[in-house]
Amino acid sequence: MTATPARPAVLSSRPVRWLRRNLVVLAGLATLAYLVLPNVVVTVFSFNKPNGRFNYEWQRFSTDAWTDPCGVADLCGSLSLSLQIAVWATVGATVLGTALAFALARYRFRARSSVSTLIFLPMAMPEVVMAASLATLFLNMGVTFGFWTILIAHITFCLSFVVTAVKARVMSMDPRLEQAAQDLYATPLQTFLRVTLPIAAPGIVAGALLSFALSFDDFIITNFNAGSTVTFPMFVWGSAQRGTPVQINVIGTAMFAVAVLCVLVGQLIGGRRKRS
Amino acid sequence: MALVTDQPPAPPAPPLPTAARGRKLTPYWLLLPGILWLLVFFAAPLVYQASTSVQTGSLEEGFDVTWHFATYWDALTEYYPQFLRSVAYAATATALCLALGYPLAYLIAFKAGRWRNVLMILVIAPFFTSFLIRTLAWKTILSDGGPVVSALASLHVLDVTNALGVTEGHRVLATPLAVVCGLTYNFLPFMILPLYTSLERIDSRLHEAAGDLYARPLTTFRKVTFPLSMPGVVAGTLLTFIPATGDYINAELLGSTDQKMIGNVIQSQFLRVLDYPTAAALSFILMASILAMVTVYIRKSGTEDLV
Repeated sequence: MTATPARPAVLSSRPVRWLRRNLVVLAGLATLAYLVLPNVVVTVFSFNKPNGRFNYEWQRFSTDAWTDPCGVADLCGSLSLSLQIAVWATVGATVLGTALAFALARYRFRARSSVSTLIFLPMAMPEVVMAASLATLFLNMGVTFGFWTILIAHITFCLSFVVTAVKARVMSMDPRLEQAAQDLYATPLQTFLRVTLPIAAPGIVAGALLSFALSFDDFIITNFNAGSTVTFPMFVWGSAQRGTPVQINVIGTAMFAVAVLCVLVGQLIGGRRKRS
Repeated sequence: MALVTDQPPAPPAPPLPTAARGRKLTPYWLLLPGILWLLVFFAAPLVYQASTSVQTGSLEEGFDVTWHFATYWDALTEYYPQFLRSVAYAATATALCLALGYPLAYLIAFKAGRWRNVLMILVIAPFFTSFLIRTLAWKTILSDGGPVVSALASLHVLDVTNALGVTEGHRVLATPLAVVCGLTYNFLPFMILPLYTSLERIDSRLHEAAGDLYARPLTTFRKVTFPLSMPGVVAGTLLTFIPATGDYINAELLGSTDQKMIGNVIQSQFLRVLDYPTAAALSFILMASILAMVTVYIRKSGTEDLV
């Protein structure tokens, strides 16, 4: 209440001061609202009963789509195909990427910097360039587009992300832990399995989760390399022209819910481990 | 540390025990599968694409390498509006991402307290709903005569954007504003996460020190916080600008034919027109121009180490 007399009264009036003090908080929350708004809309419209082919206008409440999520032809087929590709892409990218990350983080060797560049480049390139170049290779080789070309493309673009995630973790690891294990007469294999791997595990899991999410959600690279095979994002893309079934919103909402649940469970486990 | 391979083999070393020699090869065995994969499925395709871009021919008769560099010139003269539009949209979206993302990253890093984890989840979780579904949701949000457009119209925001030429009449959908809004939305998390990481690393005692030296909050921000968050700003702007330039989904779903970006052109040349040389040439021009812009940007911002 001791406003300096030099300042005009308006600037120090209570609501204005409150606004000024909380400007960052308000702006941050506004951004958060912008980020979450489409998810709210997706959820709300999963309970809609549209009149025509398009689910863009609210008509009336209905749970039809929730009780019959596979009621649209090809939707659940495309979903299961996307899940399969995501699983295999995750396995492939995680195995290849973890090996690369260990080599880069733990050893010095010739051509180390060119190897890093080769791994960094796929992330520093617009997806459409990578997608078109890989499709050009497949075309030139006369390879039939389908499951395998999609899988290869997904492993290729997920690889770099796994390397980055695992490398960060391995680099921050104390090398003395491994020396200690060897001082205690652990064989190299034992050291790796019982010391190195458990410490690197969070990085590997993060890389794997990232690959899964990226692969499952990828549209651009799949669009170029799928031929007539339809993954879930391809199905959504097609439906934007033909008419979007409400079931797409149901699946979007379910994905969101599962993700939030996974994060919450992860936080709980992580929190408990930290405390004990 | 003892595994530096590019040393001159000058001192006559005693024969290595087999275990140690095996270990010397370990990095190469670890590298081999991943590097082979990247060479075959990432580097080789780029070489193939380079060769495709100088080919001529048709789908029926096949393509031959004729060193027809004119494809580049033709592509550039025909599609330069789309190139410029892509750069303009991506740059605007990146600036908006920075303006919107910074307060949120700052809030999570310094002001959230025990809400930090909840806010983090709210930033990451939307990511998991398929981004195509979320982008389609913007069609609902920005629909003609919907609450958002009506509100913007009654607040006279649309008058301003109409004057700027980014909207038309009482529509937001199928205008540049809608495309930039979608781009900003889709790439915002890529801005927030690196910003948050670099802000979180700042020692809060630096803020106290600035306060002790009578710096006002704004001065503290300008002289301490912002400079220290530069690595996050650089990483975030690159992570939003590069993919946004090549994106064709937002322009396709939220824009009209007047808002086509270069990604849309590459996609239609490759998948609909089947003019592979033009698509390849356009990809290379896009890649080269992004590379050039990024190099200049990194030099200017003075941070050479990115990751």
